[in-house]
Amino acid sequence: MSARLVLATARRVLAQLRRDRRTVALLLVVPLLLLLLLRYVFTQQPAVFDRVGAPLLALFPFLTMFLVTSVAMLRERSSGTLERLLTTPLGKADLLLGYALAFGLVAVAQTVLASALALGPLGLDVAAGPLLVVVLAVLDALLGTALGLLLSAFARTEFQAVQFLPAFVLPQLLLCGLFAARDAMAAPLRWLSAAFPLTYAVDGMQQLTVSGALTSDVVRDLVVVACCCLAALALGAATLPRRTA
Amino acid sequence: MVNSVQVHDLVVRRGGREVLHGVGFALAPGRITGLLGPSGCGKTTLLRALVGVQSGVSGTVTVLGEPAGAPGLRSRVGYVTQAPAVYVDLTVAENLRYFAAVLGAPPGRVEEVLAQVQLQGRTSQGVRTLSGGERARVSLATALLGSPELLVLDEPTVGLDPVLRRDLWALFRALADRGTTILVSSHVMDEAARCDHLLLLREGRVVADEPPAALLRRTGAADVEQAFLAVAEAAA
Repeated sequence: MSARLVLATARRVLAQLRRDRRTVALLLVVPLLLLLLLRYVFTQQPAVFDRVGAPLLALFPFLTMFLVTSVAMLRERSSGTLERLLTTPLGKADLLLGYALAFGLVAVAQTVLASALALGPLGLDVAAGPLLVVVLAVLDALLGTALGLLLSAFARTEFQAVQFLPAFVLPQLLLCGLFAARDAMAAPLRWLSAAFPLTYAVDGMQQLTVSGALTSDVVRDLVVVACCCLAALALGAATLPRRTA
Repeated sequence: MVNSVQVHDLVVRRGGREVLHGVGFALAPGRITGLLGPSGCGKTTLLRALVGVQSGVSGTVTVLGEPAGAPGLRSRVGYVTQAPAVYVDLTVAENLRYFAAVLGAPPGRVEEVLAQVQLQGRTSQGVRTLSGGERARVSLATALLGSPELLVLDEPTVGLDPVLRRDLWALFRALADRGTTILVSSHVMDEAARCDHLLLLREGRVVADEPPAALLRRTGAADVEQAFLAVAEAAA
């Protein structure tokens, strides 16, 4: 692995994204519009907005980065550039970390904007303050990126890649504790929920909403999400064989 | 003289079907070898085995003294795929700068290869707006960046006008004169005359392995197309 190659790859991925202005605009503006919408849906119930607002700040970057990365990596696989790159000194780790770095930077921009709107004008009340919120949201975005890189190996077309969102992400969303408290779930569902990385991402945000301090629960959530990122990247590298049929 | 490439008893299976049946040949350094044969005869599979991206391979493939696909070969072998392997959403310059970084090419190398493939004036143009032939030349340029000792080219001149084709062959000749070993595949038999050596491939078997003049003499054919028919009929 080489920092020079990781940076070169990240720069290239960002250059590709910069050419696609509409995607950049959608990535940055859509979370803001959704937060605005949510705020006015719950205009009579500010407590509900306070409860779901912070978890949504974690969900937006997770969802968008998952989609964007899985399609971007699928293109790399199907356009022949991946095969070409694997005959060069570029390592698999250089490629995957380059993607993670590029989309991680986009996630920082997306999260800072969304958090600024939610915590500022929309009056979202988060006990822990903005810094921890942004840190956890960016980590969640990296989780989306890492899972997107991994799952792109199992899609042959962009249609399939997009279907991984309902197939792979929605079950995590239903069981993550946002729609129903995890304590109230039947035991098998609770176990399943405990096995999903998104559960920890959302739980972390819920903890930050109610507690101002870096509690052991929050630290556990951060560590679990970070470990899932690394595991997904390592598995992703295994889906990039140099020799193919 | 040590051969740049030594292939012995190469068998490749793809999807349960044997595509190459015990192929063997050698490539001498500084020579242009044409790999000719009809579409579907196994040319691309053979080239992929040489650069180490083909699975289901048995037999020995030695490239520049190492087993094909060895990590040490990645900066010494240039591979140009049949479909241009370039990022269509980037400009010509952005594509080349990325591959230059990946290959560790020295500064100034981008301008040199752009001149070699005659795309100097197009650096800031998006690859999406280039013609198929121009995209193929960008793809070729990315492989030249690393000044490889072995250049593996899969149908590099498809869709190019005759003038450009002549110029690219002049470039291949200049590279070979400086010691680069070149293996170039084509299904256009008239390109055979520009090669030092020919490998005719038919249904996964090498049916001729000799210089063009020797092939014509042996078969008594007027051109390589006729010679291929004669060899194929003799083998059938």
